[in-house]
Amino acid sequence: MTITAQGLAWGIPLLRLLAALLLLLAFAMLAQRRLLTLIHLLAWQGVVLAAGTALVALLTGQTELWFSAALTLGLKAILIPTVLHRLLRRLQVHGDVEAVLNIPLTLLAGIALVIFAFSLAAPITALTGPVTRGMVGIALAAVLLAFLMMITRRKAISQVVGFLAIDNGLFFAATSATLGMPMIVELGVALDALIGFVILGVFFFQIRETFDSMDLQNLEHIREE
Amino acid sequence: MLILLVLACAAMGIPLLALWGDGRRGAAMFIGFNTLTLLAILALAIQVLQDGAFTAGGGQFLVDDLSIVLVLVDGVVGLSTAWFSRNYMLHETVHWSLSRRRVRLYHAMFQTFLATMLLALLTNNMGILWVAMEGATLSTVLLVSLFRTAEGLEAAWKYFILCGVGLAMALFGTILLYFAAQKIMGHGADALLWTHLAAVRHQLEPQVMAIAFIFMLVGYGTKIGLTPLNNWLPDAHASGPSSVSAVLSGLLLNVALYAILRAKVLVDGALGRDFASHLLMGFGLLSLLVAGFSMLRQRDVKRLFAYSSIEHMGLATFAFGIGGPLASFAGLLHMVSHSLTKSSVFFSVGQAVQDVGSREIQRIRGMLEFSPLLGWAFMLAVLFILGMPPSGLFLSEFLIITSTLQAQPWLTPLLLLGLGVAFAGIFPRMQGMVFGAHQEGVARQSVVGIIPVFVQLTLVAMLGVFIPLTLVQWMQHAAQLLHG
Repeated sequence: MTITAQGLAWGIPLLRLLAALLLLLAFAMLAQRRLLTLIHLLAWQGVVLAAGTALVALLTGQTELWFSAALTLGLKAILIPTVLHRLLRRLQVHGDVEAVLNIPLTLLAGIALVIFAFSLAAPITALTGPVTRGMVGIALAAVLLAFLMMITRRKAISQVVGFLAIDNGLFFAATSATLGMPMIVELGVALDALIGFVILGVFFFQIRETFDSMDLQNLEHIREE
Repeated sequence: MLILLVLACAAMGIPLLALWGDGRRGAAMFIGFNTLTLLAILALAIQVLQDGAFTAGGGQFLVDDLSIVLVLVDGVVGLSTAWFSRNYMLHETVHWSLSRRRVRLYHAMFQTFLATMLLALLTNNMGILWVAMEGATLSTVLLVSLFRTAEGLEAAWKYFILCGVGLAMALFGTILLYFAAQKIMGHGADALLWTHLAAVRHQLEPQVMAIAFIFMLVGYGTKIGLTPLNNWLPDAHASGPSSVSAVLSGLLLNVALYAILRAKVLVDGALGRDFASHLLMGFGLLSLLVAGFSMLRQRDVKRLFAYSSIEHMGLATFAFGIGGPLASFAGLLHMVSHSLTKSSVFFSVGQAVQDVGSREIQRIRGMLEFSPLLGWAFMLAVLFILGMPPSGLFLSEFLIITSTLQAQPWLTPLLLLGLGVAFAGIFPRMQGMVFGAHQEGVARQSVVGIIPVFVQLTLVAMLGVFIPLTLVQWMQHAAQLLHG
């Protein structure tokens, strides 16, 4: 992929800025107690992703990436957060997120994860050109932070937000580190994400119907004998 | 063209079943579509026999000696399951008073699952392979929670989250693979095509490939149920309908292992054989042992056989880890025989659970007495899964042990320990379930649904005694392909 020298001068720092924002949002989600704000943060992550994809499209001149950026904006920044928001209201889930670990401890664990992600990505980073340096590490860190969030939260909705945040991190890896996966694969991944989200919605109602609560502690009854 | 025909036959059923797939009509349609698919697969197999491996759709689809064997198994087990599902679901519909909509959902999702499995096996694109695996997961989630019990919901949620996160790891691995491929093939849709990747596999960047393979192993390994990522598997098998347990064990696990094998060929080229080998051997052996010991304390018959699936997939993974033409051949034979046998086990278990009205091993007694044909089907299927001759599993386990003795002799005791413990976990219980006097309140039903058990077990016995020459050649070629 060729990028003009002019593009390199302003485009790459901007892409790095977006990457940093993505990581920052991942941390903010980890620290957030309120479900509603969590969903807003997820939406912002979607916006950053779409902006990153659009920037890569602009720099490399791949028209299909514009399409991908529009899809990301529609799906991850608007549709999914809106639906989550509505679900939250219709299911009347109130109050704070119950975390298993306390927040400062979780954040410390998060910092350790970021260091781990960067050291794991170091051999890959060493091979990349100037454009994508560090991107794999940041994407991996975002994925691992979302992981941590899923582990430390109990409510079904916050687990789903974690799940979607993992997806965001992967998507960022795909667009920024490899400058866009093949279109057919990207479409497939987006389709899967959409179907998965619909199934989750169905699930919420089933869980609610069966247990009268969205707390995942209800889902801990199967025991090994 | 035939590849597309196979996929079209499988995919065509989805919307039609979603619209009209309820009651007896739905069951008949379900059998019809799977018969069509099997016929198309047979035609495809004949073409592969004549022309060898070929690609279609501008290189996007591929069928070779490795995939055709598994596609054939998919076709056979798919049709058997459709047949079994007819009577089974008619009974469950009454028992759980499922609405017509729910039955349509069941058939449509089931067909989607079968279609995505075929897509995963027939695509040449490592990205689409991932998409198909994820599609297969999503379509089975709602099947596991079909009865809307608390237990089913819990199992389905666990399945969704664990496999979803696992597959996210596999996607990261695939992205890294593309990253490595880009360096050589440049940007574009061809850089994820397996045939192209295999052609340049010696030039792929070793460090990137190592990390990519680990991510793919962890991701797809979650779906195979490799220890310690197997938490979802027994729950999902136990809570869902037995027809679903049969295809989860029989098809899904195989296809996930297939994905790892495709990745292994690439990473072997970049890094040499030892890296992937050692990982596969370690994970395989660990799964075999842990599953074997877990079996000893199961009280639920479906959980028992779910652990047995982990054990067998662990053994197959181990065999591919040993590598070499003989062990890879044995691994493939093991996958094929296990699919056919384990789905038979779940058919007969499903029927027995319906008759008795409980999944507890303690309460299922005297099957030979209350339903002789069912008793025989179950007993034979279980003896076959334990690797008794003339089962194909006897031959494959024998070959795996022999090649282990040659390649890694000090691992043989562990292997034998795992197999022995698994035997001790299943055999005594099978005796209790088959012989003796049955309890009150057994509602015996028609055994028409378990006819496929006898067909499939005949095939497995054939694999153990006399494998058709064509199949031997396919599996030998596939083993060579895996050996690189």
